[in-house]
Amino acid sequence: MSYVMVALTCLAAAVAIVPLIAILGYLIKQGAGALSLDFFTSMPKPVGEEGGGMANAIVGTLILIGIASSVGLPIGIGAGLYLAERGGTRLANLVRFLADVLNGLPSIVMGIFAWEFLVRPIGHFSALAGGAAIGAMMIPLVTRTTEEMVRTVPQSLREAALALGFPRWRTSLQIVLRTALGGIVTGVLVAVARVAGETAPLLFTAFGNQFFSTKLTQPIAALPLQVFVYAISPYDEWHAQAWAGALVLIALVLVISVISRFVVRSKHGRAND
Amino acid sequence: MSFRAQMQTPSLPATVTTPESRTLPTLAAPLAGSPAAPPSRVSIEGTVVADRIYRAAIFGFALCVPILLLLIFVEVGLAGWPALRQFGFTFLTSSTWDPVAGQFGAAPAIAGTIITSIIALVIATPLALGGAIFLSDFAPSWVRQPLAFLIDLLAAVPSVVYGLWGVFFLLPMLREDVMPFLRDTLHLGATPFFRGPAYGPSVLAAGLILSIMVLPYIAAVSREVLMAVPRSQREAALALGATRWETITGAVIPFARSGIIGGVILGLGRALGETMAVTMVIGNRHELSASLFAPGYTMASLIANEFSEATNDVHLSALMAVGFVLLLITLVVNAIARWLVWQAGGSRS
Repeated sequence: MSYVMVALTCLAAAVAIVPLIAILGYLIKQGAGALSLDFFTSMPKPVGEEGGGMANAIVGTLILIGIASSVGLPIGIGAGLYLAERGGTRLANLVRFLADVLNGLPSIVMGIFAWEFLVRPIGHFSALAGGAAIGAMMIPLVTRTTEEMVRTVPQSLREAALALGFPRWRTSLQIVLRTALGGIVTGVLVAVARVAGETAPLLFTAFGNQFFSTKLTQPIAALPLQVFVYAISPYDEWHAQAWAGALVLIALVLVISVISRFVVRSKHGRAND
Repeated sequence: MSFRAQMQTPSLPATVTTPESRTLPTLAAPLAGSPAAPPSRVSIEGTVVADRIYRAAIFGFALCVPILLLLIFVEVGLAGWPALRQFGFTFLTSSTWDPVAGQFGAAPAIAGTIITSIIALVIATPLALGGAIFLSDFAPSWVRQPLAFLIDLLAAVPSVVYGLWGVFFLLPMLREDVMPFLRDTLHLGATPFFRGPAYGPSVLAAGLILSIMVLPYIAAVSREVLMAVPRSQREAALALGATRWETITGAVIPFARSGIIGGVILGLGRALGETMAVTMVIGNRHELSASLFAPGYTMASLIANEFSEATNDVHLSALMAVGFVLLLITLVVNAIARWLVWQAGGSRS
């Protein structure tokens, strides 16, 4: 009985990763053919023509990530520092709790909120609204990682800095934050990877754009949006492009995940020495 | 000497009269006489000010989190209010969704959301929990890390990629193999749940894809609370002669129960709000059907599908109201989940 159940848990773990392998395998099979240098450098071709690329969407996604980071990083890191330094207070507990709740907020709700808050009053879709929407989604992720990483900095380091006459703010920013920087950068990368693939918040904010645009106040193309539009289209050429786009997206996510994995591990290794 | 005195005197009254310096009278007074006084006094005062600015700044950033959540709540709620007021309770119970006639009832979308989420949890929970038990208690250490990493990776795959895979891999497979198998070979077509033509896009497809998507969340939380169970708990059970499996069921799981439930509810929260993948495979039809083979709608996919084509103000408000209902449900579900997980001593994710 005991051995059977243990074997079943092993089976469950194995079954759990089958979808991952199935998705990655199918993605590579379908996407590798359509992926070429052209994909990164050319514009989308009209329906019926083979080839073309998603240069506009790739640039658009980079711009959106830039906007999102400038919204999400200061707030997230600041709030994380607050939580790490004011850990026990009632407000800190509330903020930590709400950050977790915010993390579970459906992305589509963030999308309609951003539309109501940033698109409707202005009157048109814009890259800024899209970037702000996914930036807001970064906040809880960055907050919690920053808090966690800052907490791993030994208290003795902080005390040493204070004893040397360092003011608190310099202790926090120049000693503690710098020590925790590796972990925080990792967390930020993971957050970036997460929001880079977000589609729902961009549907009614960044909206997508057929043309090459870098204007922040205009609608802008984004890789996940383009993948979505191409995937639900009836054209085979567009399907191929969707697969290539998805492959690029997932490669981005995988590379960041693997890097962060090693950074975190080497960091913990050093902490144990 | 007199030159230096002239240098010092103007700065002295100036610093003493600033409000910040009054907070440090005992420190400032004795230092004033010593030669090294001016720089150190200035730096202490500068430090006090800078520390205050720093504290105020991180306090402000921390406040952004509750403010943002409140803003979302108020904005979406206000935008949905006209529809909620006009249709009242029938908004939740009516299954008429007719933008042309201006009649809106979200019952099919709400039902679809709940049904797809339940399918997802029914499939994902045993797999996630089994996997978590294996990883926390049975797996050799060289398997543990890579396997946990792979399961975590499932959470990192973008929703739209799941959707793409769902459209081109899962739907054809359901249409050609799984659905006929369930309906005809297993004769489940006799029940009302597996009846009707096998199109592919269906509530079942949405539930299946959601089960893959929520699995890593349930597994991660479960693994963490299982690992947080003290070693002594396991050792005590083993010392009493329990087998390894009896240790799990008798000593470990009861200890971690609330955390595991919290993880499942967290997965529920994810399933309820998941948008893109569901929109792409559920078929998007306003209809309440008992059959899982029929296309349907979820609240999130309804918004994603109709929002940019909203024809009039009532339609828009109705979609906002759907968003508000979804927001309320997920907030409650997430709050319960977090509370349970914290109780069990899990810290992350």
